[in-house]
Amino acid sequence: MAVTAKASASRMSIQARDNIAGFLFIAPWLIHFVFLIAGAMVFSMGISFFKTDFLTGFEFVGFSNWRDMFQDELFWKALRVTSYYTFVLVPASVILALTIAVLMNQKVKALGIWRTVYYLPSVVQGVAVAVLWGYVLNPRFGLLNQGLELIGIDDGPRWLFSEDWAVPGFILMGLWGAGGAMLLYLAGLQGIPTHLYEAADLDGAGPVRKFFAVTIPMLTPTIYFNVLISIIASFQVFTQALILTAGGPNNATLTLVLLLYREGFQNFQFGYASAIAWGLFCVTFIFAILVVRTSSTWVHYEGETNN
Amino acid sequence: MRRIVGKTLLYIVLFTGGMIFLAPLLWMLSTSFKPEHQVYNVPIEWIPEVFDYQNYIEGWRYLDFPRFYINTTYLTVVNIFGLLLSSSLVAFGFARIRFWGREWIFLVLLSTMMLPQQVTMIPIYVFWSRLGFVNTYWPLIIPEFLTNAFNVFLLRQFFMSINLELDDAARIDGAGWLMIYARVLMPLSKPALGVLAIMAFTWNWNNFLYPLIYINETRKYTVAIGLRLFETQQSQYMAETMAMTMVALIPVLLVFYLAQARFIQGIVITGVKG
Repeated sequence: MAVTAKASASRMSIQARDNIAGFLFIAPWLIHFVFLIAGAMVFSMGISFFKTDFLTGFEFVGFSNWRDMFQDELFWKALRVTSYYTFVLVPASVILALTIAVLMNQKVKALGIWRTVYYLPSVVQGVAVAVLWGYVLNPRFGLLNQGLELIGIDDGPRWLFSEDWAVPGFILMGLWGAGGAMLLYLAGLQGIPTHLYEAADLDGAGPVRKFFAVTIPMLTPTIYFNVLISIIASFQVFTQALILTAGGPNNATLTLVLLLYREGFQNFQFGYASAIAWGLFCVTFIFAILVVRTSSTWVHYEGETNN
Repeated sequence: MRRIVGKTLLYIVLFTGGMIFLAPLLWMLSTSFKPEHQVYNVPIEWIPEVFDYQNYIEGWRYLDFPRFYINTTYLTVVNIFGLLLSSSLVAFGFARIRFWGREWIFLVLLSTMMLPQQVTMIPIYVFWSRLGFVNTYWPLIIPEFLTNAFNVFLLRQFFMSINLELDDAARIDGAGWLMIYARVLMPLSKPALGVLAIMAFTWNWNNFLYPLIYINETRKYTVAIGLRLFETQQSQYMAETMAMTMVALIPVLLVFYLAQARFIQGIVITGVKG
């Protein structure tokens, strides 16, 4: 690039050279975008109108994949399972992470150690968490039910073997990783200027009032961003459902991505699987937009307040 | 008096919560050293009768875990390099060069962060399989060399915080953009690149979905899909499976131990867990 620039420097303006340089620098992402995002999206939309396994045939079927999807019991089941998982896990982990962060922000001694203890589990991810929690949730000798026995609950749930308790089991597994969000809230708490609390003191506010009138509003931008990202991520829950339950018992843990994986990579119905992928996208998008749209009513940005 | 009671209560709550959070990891560690017959004893015996590392040896031999380790290490190292290189180049372009269409291209980039990867998964699979890349590492490597929106966004934020006058000064000395990138921006960005490298490490080491789809031959397995295979065949041997789960986790735990500050920084600046 330096060479071409030098050769034609006399004739090219600085702006023209910067245009070329800019596009050269961002070229890796442009290639990524054109082929792996935009091209792939168009193609994905296209094949959702075909019946194909990419080996034996390629048959145009119009909207039938989409119609099938809307009439497929399993799709609705998967949508319910995934939504249930997301809409319990996301709020619960916000509350849990926030609680721990607030406790840690009380000038505790050895903060570094506490922080590590709570954060460490969230470093463990993917297959390893799933395998470990498969044992933790074992009804007979698992850690969880033995712990419940200690506090007097002798007949713990059957967790992954029970239609009613399998998703709650997954949710507990998700909550175990709340340490990441906790760190984020802790950083947010430490960034709240003390003069706000002093002003609240002058107004005679107690600790509870200060928490809801100062702490929570000041944290809402952090909570907002975290909730948005968590919703998108939770809708893609897959690993534990594949490894631990394979969607069972009786499809109680059939998540949208597991259904997509089965239809695409096990049944080779790529057209139908693409329709499901778009279904997943639409659902995620709708909920993300809902969060974004309602954010103005509950997210507080410092600096916008002085009217 | 109320203060002391409050403080004591606070530490009791933090301690109990901390024990609950740590318990699964400690249980895994202790189980992995137990002889198989002690594993199912109720109530749980936290200290193994004898520290039996047989589980590790047998598990390690049952599948070719050394091979999986080499494969994953290779992939992780190459991918971290690719991601840092491509992300820093692209972020530099967006942060430092004023070129035509920069603002709206960046908006497009931001909006792609909302897209679930599953939407493009099938076409990309077809694309790679047409190129004959199924059961090779190319589908796992090439995208990392083409960066992604998330990493570009993070690095751009960091680059923007570096004084623009440094670029002008370098240009007066006759430096081109590539020189400014390599000699001015990169040396100043080591902390941010470190955070990115750590996140790329955990992501690559734990990545499950893509190796699952693309890699068929056991010889080419990564640790994540190797552990999954082990679990499907050996999960009735709990101590051994726990030992292999430990083995899969050791690099992540080790890096966490060595680079705790970077880990924490990563969470704080990105707003998500890595």
